[in-house]
Amino acid sequence: MNLQMQNIGHSYEDLQVLDGIDLHIDEGQIVCIVGPSGCGKSTLLRLIGGLEVADSGTVLMDGEPPESCLNPLTYVFQDFALLPWRTVEKNISLVLEDHPLSPAARATIIDDVLRRTHLSEFKDVFPRQLSGGMKQRVAIARALAVKPAVMLMDEPLSALDSQTRELLMEDLVDLWGRERFTAVYVTHNLSEAVRLGHRIVVLSRRPGRICEVVDIDTPLDQRDTANPELAQKVKILWQLLHDEARAADRELANV
Amino acid sequence: MSEQPPSPASPPRPTPHPVPFRGGGFNPRPLGIVGPLVFVGLIGLWELGSQTGVIGALFLPAPSEAFAALNELFQSGFLWKHLSASLQRLAMGWSLGSLAGVLVGLSIGLFSLARAGLVPVVSALFPIPKIALLPLFIIWFGIGEGSKVATLFFGSFFPTVIATYGGVDAVDRGLIRMGQSFNLSWLSIVRKIVLPGALPAILSGCRISASIAIILLVAAEMIGAEFGVGAYILLAGNLMAMDQLIAGVVLLSSMGLIVAFLIGKAERRLLRWRR
Repeated sequence: MNLQMQNIGHSYEDLQVLDGIDLHIDEGQIVCIVGPSGCGKSTLLRLIGGLEVADSGTVLMDGEPPESCLNPLTYVFQDFALLPWRTVEKNISLVLEDHPLSPAARATIIDDVLRRTHLSEFKDVFPRQLSGGMKQRVAIARALAVKPAVMLMDEPLSALDSQTRELLMEDLVDLWGRERFTAVYVTHNLSEAVRLGHRIVVLSRRPGRICEVVDIDTPLDQRDTANPELAQKVKILWQLLHDEARAADRELANV
Repeated sequence: MSEQPPSPASPPRPTPHPVPFRGGGFNPRPLGIVGPLVFVGLIGLWELGSQTGVIGALFLPAPSEAFAALNELFQSGFLWKHLSASLQRLAMGWSLGSLAGVLVGLSIGLFSLARAGLVPVVSALFPIPKIALLPLFIIWFGIGEGSKVATLFFGSFFPTVIATYGGVDAVDRGLIRMGQSFNLSWLSIVRKIVLPGALPAILSGCRISASIAIILLVAAEMIGAEFGVGAYILLAGNLMAMDQLIAGVVLLSSMGLIVAFLIGKAERRLLRWRR
């Protein structure tokens, strides 16, 4: 299933945050959206997943999601959004309970996603007992449990320290290698974007418009940090963003 | 503030010494036995004062006398009669009031219409001392159990409403958005996200409403009841039987402590996930 955004514009009261966004998300690709803070990256993601309605333009689902898919557009949130009163297992079970699945089928799915995210031994643990990185792994496992057609990842690694971030990026690269999932990945971290994105969309400062789309052809598993080509890409992206970020930084908050 | 370069004749440098610690205090430590010790000490002093005559027998009876009065009450069989009357009223009034309070608080938290319509009513009625309405309740519900239960009902209803909708408002919107993003049904979101999220606030509301209910219980029983701890205390007061009065107060205090203990136990069980 592909996603098509057509001429998306959105404002909060008088404040226009997005303007004229046209974008295609192709199946099996990770599209990273980068931009200065306040440029509407997260708003765009909420519009894509139907958590908000755009003032103008539409988001189209092109093609049917696979039969087994329980929740085509599935989010991974920056703050993990795990229920603190449920164990790891029950947190994943939460998103399956509203679907007509037998308890056995549910247990199979849970065991499967826990195994795929290397969490099996943490099944009966409460979120507060887990580190940030492990919490985000649980949230990713929960997202995988509903077999999404597109994962919508809202700065999933931004709340983590840089070492954990590195580990989780490796996990995500591994996961993509095995499952070829489709994702829209919002981040403000250029090295994350360059590590994980097949395509990087650079937004301008508010109101966010697409100012550049950069494709990276290097396969994900060959993108180590020492790769000079990637360093070059980061440099190009930073040049694009630098002035925008500076201007955005100096803007007064009027909300 | 004139700074001068150190001259060769400046005093010798002091020897290195450790950085002084200044991070202490402001950090309560658990000192488990102090509480009971203070209790025992106070009662001991009081008994001593009574025995030596420093505290007059009419002014304040000795703890031993109060204990004797309690024992007498127990022997006569009236203890259970008073206690069961009080506990029945408390259990009925408080549990119905809290239940209704949770339901109304939940609907205020979930529905804008309920919020707009009910919050002003709740704000207007909450500060009224419910005991002032007892005469009205007596006309409405009769002089018997009805009026007392109604007083307790309304006394525990309003604090529970306020605690509950405050708790619902405080539920992390991110969690609700997560539920929506996974297409959970409205009922699932309320049952599995909103209610457990509001539970800590609801339970602390229960603590408050239980104390209010005990206060109202005594007041209501003082106004018109044959049996009940409040009636017992009132009678003791009228007869100037201060030992019985203290015995009644001890009963009330134990009731409060037991209720607080039970709610604490419920909190530990239901809020295990908090640690």
